[in-house]
Amino acid sequence: MAFRAAVVTFPGSNCDRDLAVALEKVSGTAAIRVWHGDAELPEQLDFIGLPGGFSYGDYLRCGAMAARSPIVRAVVEAANKGVPVLGVCNGFQVLTESGLLPGALMRNAQLKFVCRTVPLVVENSQSLFTSGYEQGATIMLPVAHHDGNYFADEATLDRLEGEGRVAFRYGDQVNGSQRAIAGVLNAAGNVLGMMPHPERAIEPELGGTDGRALFESAVKALVAA
Amino acid sequence: MKVRILVSLKPGVLDPQGRAVHHALEGLGFKGVEDVRVGRVIELEVAEGTGDESLREMCEKLLANMVIENYRIEKLETA
Repeated sequence: MAFRAAVVTFPGSNCDRDLAVALEKVSGTAAIRVWHGDAELPEQLDFIGLPGGFSYGDYLRCGAMAARSPIVRAVVEAANKGVPVLGVCNGFQVLTESGLLPGALMRNAQLKFVCRTVPLVVENSQSLFTSGYEQGATIMLPVAHHDGNYFADEATLDRLEGEGRVAFRYGDQVNGSQRAIAGVLNAAGNVLGMMPHPERAIEPELGGTDGRALFESAVKALVAA
Repeated sequence: MKVRILVSLKPGVLDPQGRAVHHALEGLGFKGVEDVRVGRVIELEVAEGTGDESLREMCEKLLANMVIENYRIEKLETA
């Protein structure tokens, strides 16, 4: 069965192609490219990717304009029906702004754009995005962001931890995120937002392969379903 | 009608920009600055009679991120 994935491109997205390439390399099927002004997603999707970049020039707040675009309304609808949605970097910001994920991503505590490969601890290896990793494993993924400082109130953070919804945690201090959170899941487990870029680590030529298992997990989950 | 929306970080939310501005003020020799919080001002020109409810909705749906920010609505004199 072909893996039907869609990758959304907003004006200012710059990791959309990388995400589409990663999905194709792992699944063997080309991802469908969707434009931000489209009001509808293709039917029968198995996966939706919201890429990194600077959608709408980061106007107002990162991800704020994209979260109110017609296509993201369709993404929210699909997510609520259970379609897996992965938001990377700016895509994570779009997911928090749209309300699909709790919390917000603020300016990095050190005020600097951070662009390097960082260690991440896999905190939940049971999700459809992370089943290919070992629980507690440390993996290396690149980050490249100015606004990745995850914030949520204490009650929300406790709830996320208690429900196993922290997918990844930074292995060292990267951006000032509360409890070093790098990626979070929604309550149903079909939406993952993360600041690090798994799509930039799928082949040795890119400098690492630790991102590959994330896409493999999603493809495997579909085939098993 | 001119409306000014003041968006500010909620108390307790760390404001790295405010902290940097604070340090810069101290660096310039200004004494006695105890805290700095950086916010945002948005000015709207809206039709006369635009209701408070509608303005609040604009703030809560888009202009402010209610997870981290508060907002205040000020109606300015019509020129």
